[in-house]
Amino acid sequence: MMTYKDAVEVIQRERGDAVAVVTMTQSKYWNQTSAHPDLDIGISNGMSKASSVGLGIALGEPDRNVFVLDADGSLLMNLGSLVTVATQAPTNFFHFLFQNDVYAVTGGQPVPGAGRTDFEKLAEGSGYRHTRSYDDLGTFATDFPELSKLDGPIMIVLAIEPELQMAGVEQTWESNARMPAAFRSVRKSLDSSYIPN
Amino acid sequence: MAESGIKASRLISELEDQGVTHVVTLPDSETSGMYKAIQASESISLVPVSREGEAIPIAAGLWATGKNGVVIIQNSGLYESGDALRGLAIGVSLPIVMFIGYRGYSRHGDTPDSSARLLEPYLHLFRVPYYVLETGQDIDRIALAFDEARKTHMPVAVLVGAEYEDEVIGAP
Repeated sequence: MMTYKDAVEVIQRERGDAVAVVTMTQSKYWNQTSAHPDLDIGISNGMSKASSVGLGIALGEPDRNVFVLDADGSLLMNLGSLVTVATQAPTNFFHFLFQNDVYAVTGGQPVPGAGRTDFEKLAEGSGYRHTRSYDDLGTFATDFPELSKLDGPIMIVLAIEPELQMAGVEQTWESNARMPAAFRSVRKSLDSSYIPN
Repeated sequence: MAESGIKASRLISELEDQGVTHVVTLPDSETSGMYKAIQASESISLVPVSREGEAIPIAAGLWATGKNGVVIIQNSGLYESGDALRGLAIGVSLPIVMFIGYRGYSRHGDTPDSSARLLEPYLHLFRVPYYVLETGQDIDRIALAFDEARKTHMPVAVLVGAEYEDEVIGAP
């Protein structure tokens, strides 16, 4: 298994100018290290929606990569989005699944299918172009530079050490309040004609 | 089917006039004619979803890129989309126009279908303004809905209370 912090650092290295749609605990580490906060959308006020928001961005901005940093409990609530993504087949769609097998925000209760469900096979069966699973940081860090050059949609499942958030996470009123500004920041970066409301 | 029904091609023309680039949808009986017409459109891309709750988040992502996505789902699917409507369309303040198939609609107001009975109270609960399309004569309400969404920067619903008239796309 790997830590959130280490996994996020590997992803950041290959990010380039990708738009990032990030949800749950990995948001904390992503926000601490992001080189392009203007291209980051944190999905805090809408659990499960990261993959769908990312798909919309990928379809609207096909020449730029979109990195979706999803979570297992979140994706379980929007599992059909795997099929929707695979049907649209955006080549710029990179789907990272932080799998810790628990609901970390609420105290560590196991998610349905913990230790049993194979998300890589779910993505493969849904029609993703490439799928990978990693349970050690070294192999992921070695492979990712080449993976990041592949055409998506690609699913990369990462086995993550649970980090229980007994005192609450970035999933706060403060982070919820950042969402409207984050959407507008990304829009401003991608659409030169945009006049913020 | 009412003789004064809503022609899908006319509706698509309205969407094109409003600069719509994508239609995010799960088909329903009220809007199935529209689905075929969009497939034939050269300027609007169709994005079918597996579950209605995906539609608003996808439209939100499109908005972040400067594209103009509308949502077309049935009233039952709008209930399923409640958290996306709350957290994204309303929470982020996005001008997303949603065409909602008004399953069970009766202009007499007497319907056994709870999906119809609860639709307008549900929209009132979320404080989402709406326009009702009953016949082809109501087509101008679509432009009003887009105007209101742009002006308020909030979601607006268009309730489709009639099935679109079938027509052969491209026929004279």
